[in-house]
Amino acid sequence: MEAFYSLASGLSVAIQPMNLLFALIGVLLGTAVGVLPGIGPALTVALLLPITFKLDPGGSIIMFAGIYYGGMYGGSTTAILINTPGESASMATALEGNKMAKAGRGGPALATAAIGSFVAGTIATLGLTFLAPYLVDIAVSFGPEDYFALMCVAFITVSATFGDSPVRGLTSLFIGLLLGLVGIDILSGQSRLSFGIPELYDNIEVTTLAVGLFAVGEALYVASRRHIEEEKLEPVRGSLWMTKEDWKRSWKPWIRGTLFGFPIGALPAGGAEIPTFLSYSTEKRLTKHPEEFGHGAIEGVAGPEAANNASAAGTLVPLLTLGLPTSATAAMMLAGFQQYGLNPGPLLFAERPDLVWGLIASLFIANGMLLVLNLPLVGLWVRLLAIPQPWLYAGILVFATIGTIAANPSPVELIMLTVFGVLGFLMRRFDFPIAPVVVGLILGPVAESQLRRALSISLGDPMVLLESPISATLLVIALIALILPFVMKGLGRFKAVED
Amino acid sequence: MTTSPQRRIDVAGLAIALILLALAGLVWWDMSKLQILSPYDLGPKVMPIVVSAGLILLAIGNGISALRGDLPTRESLDWTPIVLILGGLAILIALITLGWGFIIGTAILFAATSTAFGRRAFLVDLLIGAGLALFVYLLLGKLLTLSLPAGPLERLF
Repeated sequence: MEAFYSLASGLSVAIQPMNLLFALIGVLLGTAVGVLPGIGPALTVALLLPITFKLDPGGSIIMFAGIYYGGMYGGSTTAILINTPGESASMATALEGNKMAKAGRGGPALATAAIGSFVAGTIATLGLTFLAPYLVDIAVSFGPEDYFALMCVAFITVSATFGDSPVRGLTSLFIGLLLGLVGIDILSGQSRLSFGIPELYDNIEVTTLAVGLFAVGEALYVASRRHIEEEKLEPVRGSLWMTKEDWKRSWKPWIRGTLFGFPIGALPAGGAEIPTFLSYSTEKRLTKHPEEFGHGAIEGVAGPEAANNASAAGTLVPLLTLGLPTSATAAMMLAGFQQYGLNPGPLLFAERPDLVWGLIASLFIANGMLLVLNLPLVGLWVRLLAIPQPWLYAGILVFATIGTIAANPSPVELIMLTVFGVLGFLMRRFDFPIAPVVVGLILGPVAESQLRRALSISLGDPMVLLESPISATLLVIALIALILPFVMKGLGRFKAVED
Repeated sequence: MTTSPQRRIDVAGLAIALILLALAGLVWWDMSKLQILSPYDLGPKVMPIVVSAGLILLAIGNGISALRGDLPTRESLDWTPIVLILGGLAILIALITLGWGFIIGTAILFAATSTAFGRRAFLVDLLIGAGLALFVYLLLGKLLTLSLPAGPLERLF
């Protein structure tokens, strides 16, 4: 019951007025960016990193977590009312949700999404509360070689195992790892891949990369294919409230969605797409109304929405206990910790329990705030969708460039932003996943330092990676995760089968 | 996933493979200039070697999918908006390098992007962009005291 005690002390941190305010700003921003197409939580955190540099670490991180949770709520609104989901985690929601909106049942669809997100978020955050101390206990015994092996697992699963193409996923990852090499190597003081450019000596800024890939890349991509498709906003008609029948049909999918979302999010497997589509196909199989699927079945909204929120909470488990980001947003949150010199992991739980438990406790509060923000106030968020697309993207680019030069006032930084923007555009066009690049840049240098620490302890003998039982097991898992998608061609394809 | 019935060699895919190969070479060349300080291990060379080797394998992998025509089908591309947005960014970079501050450049970027997304009101958008940039300047520069590149316009405030 140690977790209860820690949570209670965390709660006393979370209810401080300043932290409540940070949480509120976070969930407001998060919902807004979730609703707006073209901006996601990862980009928002990236843009806020330079601005929050001078603020209190605890408050900023609470805000980042609020943005993450809020983005998951807001994304469903866009998915239901416009057929284009705000982020990939809402793709399953769009399948049934948009059909419901077209049939005049947009209100209940939004309601089951919001309540399902709340139920799932709360259960999953409880899961995080009780799981985290156990994982921390295990993680304490990890040596550098074990950490390195664990990161290998994360690298592989994030990039190769569940994507459409393992080759393209790994290519993205290695581009990220390459970018992670740039700059002065801390251990030897030598510069790598810097070519005498001063801005490159102190590493590539995560902010610049993320903003370039997500903001500039997305703007270029959407602009280049504007002539192909037009988005259509579905007005919310009829009652906002769910009927008794709707409740009866929703609660089981919420629970099942949570059970898919949390464990898969907590495993270093990355992404909310897998649990959402697993939940969608399960609901489709179990439903008593199979004829409604494809025409707006409420189960198809309730399950996946619960799954994507639960997986967001699940992602925080490896992030907080091991310092392992498994999604783009989690990677940006790790960068958020790093900018204050904080390294998530067992040590952080021991040294700054106020910060970690304050964050976890504030997640419960953020969840409650989001339920209020998204149920009665959903009409307000829908208005955001009325912002004309030209102004929306022009505004995004203005904030992207200003955020970048605020972090590093140098034209070279903007040139890098543009280059990364073009990279992001090309990656979207040729269907390379974006998240592995960001994870590679952030986690690559960490993995390198763990590997080199392990090698210097073993006096350069690489066998140390196989002699530790933990490390050996993890490396075998990584190897299986790498080979599996090549052997079983269909693993990542259930995504495609559904639509 | 629609694989086209007739499999053709994908030129763009081959270009990607060649770029990856070039990057692998660049990392290797850069690595070869590093010095090893510790007698026991490869130190700063370990990661570049791993990355370089990985990129070579991936260049081969991408090359194979290009030859088999496995790349996803791509829709036609409208170049005008891309040129407009990149042009806006280039002007912003040039103006900041010349010391004109960022408000003018940002306003031009705003108007250029807005035009790229189909609006036909360049002058109005120029003013909106300038207003937005000014708002951000006051917020970040004055309230949060971050240093932003200043030019003649910024010094007025």
